[in-house]
Amino acid sequence: MNGVHDMGGTHGHGPIAPEDEKHEPLWHAPWEARMLGITRGMTYPKGFNIDRFRHIRELMPPALYLARSYYDHWYAVCVAALLNGGLATREEIKSGHAAPGSARRNDAARGDQVWQSQKTQGIFTRELTTPPLFAIGQRVRARNINPTGHTRLPRYVRGKLGVVRIHHGGHVFPDTNAHMQGEAPQHLYTVAFSMRELWGADASARDETCVDLWESYLEPA
Amino acid sequence: MTRIAIPAYDGAVNAEVSVTESLSDHPHHHDHAHDHAGSEVPSDPALRTKALESLLIDKGLVDPAAIDAWVDAYESRIGPRRGAQIVARAWVDPQFKARLLQDATRAIEPFGFLGREGQHIVVLENTPTVHNLVVCTLCSCYPWGLLGLPPRWYKAAPYRARSVIDPRGVLAEFGVVLGDEVEVRVWDSTAEIRYLVLPERPAGTDGLSEAELAELVTRDAMIGVVKVEGPKGRKP
Repeated sequence: MNGVHDMGGTHGHGPIAPEDEKHEPLWHAPWEARMLGITRGMTYPKGFNIDRFRHIRELMPPALYLARSYYDHWYAVCVAALLNGGLATREEIKSGHAAPGSARRNDAARGDQVWQSQKTQGIFTRELTTPPLFAIGQRVRARNINPTGHTRLPRYVRGKLGVVRIHHGGHVFPDTNAHMQGEAPQHLYTVAFSMRELWGADASARDETCVDLWESYLEPA
Repeated sequence: MTRIAIPAYDGAVNAEVSVTESLSDHPHHHDHAHDHAGSEVPSDPALRTKALESLLIDKGLVDPAAIDAWVDAYESRIGPRRGAQIVARAWVDPQFKARLLQDATRAIEPFGFLGREGQHIVVLENTPTVHNLVVCTLCSCYPWGLLGLPPRWYKAAPYRARSVIDPRGVLAEFGVVLGDEVEVRVWDSTAEIRYLVLPERPAGTDGLSEAELAELVTRDAMIGVVKVEGPKGRKP
């Protein structure tokens, strides 16, 4: 979707104003730590996945997306996931208490399982039997498409010419996975775009931006 | 190309998100002269998060020990010292460095650092003529398994927006000014590949041990926004 989250190349957000790494706190408020723990540890609706998480975050109204801090985005996603999946009601979210007589589950991930599970989570490579359409060094064009659902094809590369730098093999396809329509793995490539191609004649002739793109985002050029 | 629109799903989520918006509404604090969008009261997310935690425990949807365990993992076990170990090893061991640049995931596996947000790693080598910079324009993808919690600026709009269109301006804001002879390569983490920059080893570090070298390596240098500085008090 062409949402406010797709920020690459947009102007007007102000200075980066980085904090000094040596003095930056791990958390900027205690609740951020709790929100991280909740997000990582809670039970999600069946079939929920990281792409769905990202998509729900993108569905935040634009003004809210820009106004809320990072872990508050996570709060919004977790609540939306719970409500949408029927795991909690609005009244429960507001009150912080389970409705009288509601069922209590006993299948949450246990604390003593966390360390092992973080080691095994997040593997997105998948074996493919189809050969890659594109070769390293080949010129490709990012398609000019505007899906209304989740996509990882940023607007700033659509329609632009690039060169395949890396072939990563088969990876889960977020555009279907985010909508619970299966992993539908595709070949994933890193494609390099010159700054001139992306931003015009005033851009650096030397610099480039590399973007990870699934095969169906690309066409031969 | 797959086009997917599931109105029922998307509409439902929009409705739910608007619920969260209503939760943060504060009619008694309303001030129309004020920029409402930017006036987040710090205690509000704290209260909402606390209510969510209580509810999830109440319903058996989270083990409170799991919340603590995840927090502890990122507070005391998973942080930028991991990435620094990789960098220092690459600086002292040319064979390891070659393996790292060839297949970082396999080279890092023996360290035990692979995990969530860091199962598929690519390492990018900075040289006198190439400078690499990592960003995620679409969300905030970051090599958590090697660097721990991402810094706040990395997740915020200014860095996400500008890195791909004005990386030299971004670097200058971090105090790094690169000459025209240096090529800047920006890596936008749009997939599950996690990028780690291998910074240049600073001059004046010939006599340092691997552990001492690791002490010099900063998180920001492994994102690519700064260079690694030599040891203080030593002439390069």
